[in-house]
Amino acid sequence: MKYGMLVNYGLCIGCQSCEISCVKEKNLPEGEWGIKVEQIGPEKLGGKWEWDYVPVPSSLCDLCEERMRQGKQPSCQLHCLAKVIEVLPLDEMSKRMQEISDHKVACYLP
Amino acid sequence: MDSEKSSPVNEASPSCKNAIPGKPYITEEDGVMKVRTCAWSPPGDHPVGCGMFLYVKDNKLVKVEGDPDNPITQGRLCPRCLALDEVIYHKDRLQHPMVRDRADRGKDKWKRVSWDEAYDLIESRVRQIWKDYGAETIFTLTGTGRESTLYAPVYGPAVLNTCNGSSTYAFSGEACYGPRATITNYLLGAGVPEIDFAQYWEDRYDHPGWECPKYILVWGKDPLYSSPDGFFGPSIIDLMKMRSKIITIDPRLTWLGAHAEYHLQLRPGTDAAVGMGLCNVIIKEGLYDHDFVDRWTYGFEEFAKACEPWTPERVEEVTWVPAQTLVAAARAFATNSPSTATWGVALDQSKASTQAAQCFLALVAICGYLDVPGGVTITKPTSFIGQWRYDMMDTLDPQMAAKHIVDRDGKYALFNAGAAMGGVQGDTLLNWLEGKWSDNKHYYKLRMCWIIGTNPLACMADQPKRWYDAMKDLDFVVAQDIFMTPTIMALADVVLPLSTFAEHEGLVTPNYGRNQHFIGAMNEAVHNDNTKSDLEILIDMGKRLRPELWKDVDSPDDFFDQKLKDNYGYGLDDVKAVPAKMAGYEYRKYETGGFREDGKPGFNTSTGRVELWSPVLQSFGESPVPYFEEPEYSPVSRPDLRFEYPLVYTTGGRHISMFHSEHRQIGSLRAMHPDPLVTINPATAEKYGIQEGDWVEIASPLGSMVQKAHLTNEVNEKLIHVEHAWWFPEQDGEAPNLYGVFKANANNLIPHESVSVTGYGAPYKNGICKIRKVDSLEG
Repeated sequence: MKYGMLVNYGLCIGCQSCEISCVKEKNLPEGEWGIKVEQIGPEKLGGKWEWDYVPVPSSLCDLCEERMRQGKQPSCQLHCLAKVIEVLPLDEMSKRMQEISDHKVACYLP
Repeated sequence: MDSEKSSPVNEASPSCKNAIPGKPYITEEDGVMKVRTCAWSPPGDHPVGCGMFLYVKDNKLVKVEGDPDNPITQGRLCPRCLALDEVIYHKDRLQHPMVRDRADRGKDKWKRVSWDEAYDLIESRVRQIWKDYGAETIFTLTGTGRESTLYAPVYGPAVLNTCNGSSTYAFSGEACYGPRATITNYLLGAGVPEIDFAQYWEDRYDHPGWECPKYILVWGKDPLYSSPDGFFGPSIIDLMKMRSKIITIDPRLTWLGAHAEYHLQLRPGTDAAVGMGLCNVIIKEGLYDHDFVDRWTYGFEEFAKACEPWTPERVEEVTWVPAQTLVAAARAFATNSPSTATWGVALDQSKASTQAAQCFLALVAICGYLDVPGGVTITKPTSFIGQWRYDMMDTLDPQMAAKHIVDRDGKYALFNAGAAMGGVQGDTLLNWLEGKWSDNKHYYKLRMCWIIGTNPLACMADQPKRWYDAMKDLDFVVAQDIFMTPTIMALADVVLPLSTFAEHEGLVTPNYGRNQHFIGAMNEAVHNDNTKSDLEILIDMGKRLRPELWKDVDSPDDFFDQKLKDNYGYGLDDVKAVPAKMAGYEYRKYETGGFREDGKPGFNTSTGRVELWSPVLQSFGESPVPYFEEPEYSPVSRPDLRFEYPLVYTTGGRHISMFHSEHRQIGSLRAMHPDPLVTINPATAEKYGIQEGDWVEIASPLGSMVQKAHLTNEVNEKLIHVEHAWWFPEQDGEAPNLYGVFKANANNLIPHESVSVTGYGAPYKNGICKIRKVDSLEG
């Protein structure tokens, strides 16, 4: 079964717990990352504030294959303070995206 | 909360087995011990008690992982706990007691000694000071919401036998939590208010009878990143997923503010004016809960009259908040029941803190949101060691207690009457140390200080160079912490190394017992022979110096078990057996008698009601209803300075990677936030020729300091924001540099003793300034 990462980035608060929990889980050398949070804004668009944080997995991300095999959540998903990351089978992805929010949801296949 | 439950892999458990008999919180997984615990401190944090597993192999922490079964945090952890291994095994971690000649203060001339040698030295010096000068010449200092706040207050009476211990801070106006706790105690007769996020029950948001708040008013606080006092901040995101809407009151645009229905971007220090404006709209338009006001409040007419002048137009003129935003926010909050609200340290950090807090409590009360589902939780204060702390204070001889340091000009009667804390008022202490009343017949010179888990020169002390000068000639100074700090390097003769929360036993008590939704066990996962906890040191030194008080206490575990049984009827094992021992909650206690000792309905105040007109405040010389007073240094109060100091500043926004002055030396955390940042609007920066990353000197009429420019719309063109509590562990630690503690120090900017008649509230977050580009941190 092929998995993907769903990110409800409209509610990502930029805490960077995903970044650091990934570095610790994968024991990555300094300066490398498995996921990184980018910031957009704050800027006014159409008279309203736009301010997003967007976690982006890197090519080092394997969706915590080993943890998933043990029945654990991927490290970034477990620790995410806003609970906006979910790793799930691709064939469930579209349905879940519609459930989770009507805007600002991304899906990654790192 | 469907979104929290449907992930297919969430609920499965890894192969955990082999629980150690009698230690249900320890399991074994692939040859590694997995110890469940709740975090408090050190390293610094508030009593939120985030649940986690510490993976330990050969007595070494190898991994930290969130506990999905913790009812509150549900596995979530912030970067500070995820990097705990870097704290515990940092090369600069204090690992042995050290001593230094008094003549070498400020120099890195520490000598390693054993615990017994350090204890012997402290004991002999304390006994000598008792004999030569009297115990009252000894004072203690403690800091913000670390675990030490539970135990530090006992060091004064029950170890050092001094009246000048208790909760004493090197802190103008006691400007954190104390003001809010005290005013709530007086107006509501209860502990502090908290958002109802279904925190009291294990089944949380599914609990029968709980309702999701329609609006969450977040005032002077950025809880997503600060998780203060016992509130797990990201719970707000849980509620937003269930359709709670947000109102923010904050000089800065925070992420939460950018996602709010209404953001009231006020001028710092004008909270009371905004508060009266909100209440005025609600009262004038009849949007308040008439039944609650009639039955359960006192002085509504007088309160309404005090708010009446604060029309939306006047509020806009004074506070920068547009009239229509104020009106819309007031209507939305009052007409969408239930809604909830939370207040932050910003309400403490202005001279008018009492008045701002009165407005906050009144707003919540008149809308009928106190103690209802989806509103604001309040309880009687409870604490597993609360009564014990008072009992320890009472062991002081009355003649000693009478020597307690108070303002000799008669100020701050409310604070000195005991209030919620009972230490030495911070401004009074600096005045005393500086010899302000040296001609007074009650004056005596202070000789010794014990610094218990605080770094005031970096974080709390107003005018930090004055505090440094005032303390550097004391006869004897003891300190304890996990790292060397500028304060210890500058002042101490003995330093004791503390254990982290992973290395000792403890209990987590959210809101310090003032709205305590659970008790969590802090379980020792890694044994460290070299370090001790604040409680262990307290017991050890208590047995040496006041043995008569400590004969029944043998270990922290005995102590916890006894205090839990005394207060709650269950013991330590019951707490350790579960991720968190939930407290349960009953709503509308004012109807059932749950607030009062006599069991009668009502609030535990002199009138039995929420006191919108406060007899207590009046008896201490403060106005019984709120009013607005300009900060001492503002564009309005000091028009004479408006050309030289054209900008307004605020301070203290948090970054999630650090807790006040802590974590500055932790590699992955410092990498997330390497420099002290001054936040400037791009248009303002352009005017001053400042670009992103430039060093900028910020100067107020009181002092100056340097931080690095970050250009953003988070502040408007009239405002800048500076960070607090910066020092640089990588710099020269010796005096006069002291790890650069005075270079980027926000507290250089603020006046000493610009506080209210109560003794509470100081302008840490509001003042006027000018900025200019400079070449480096050196200016």
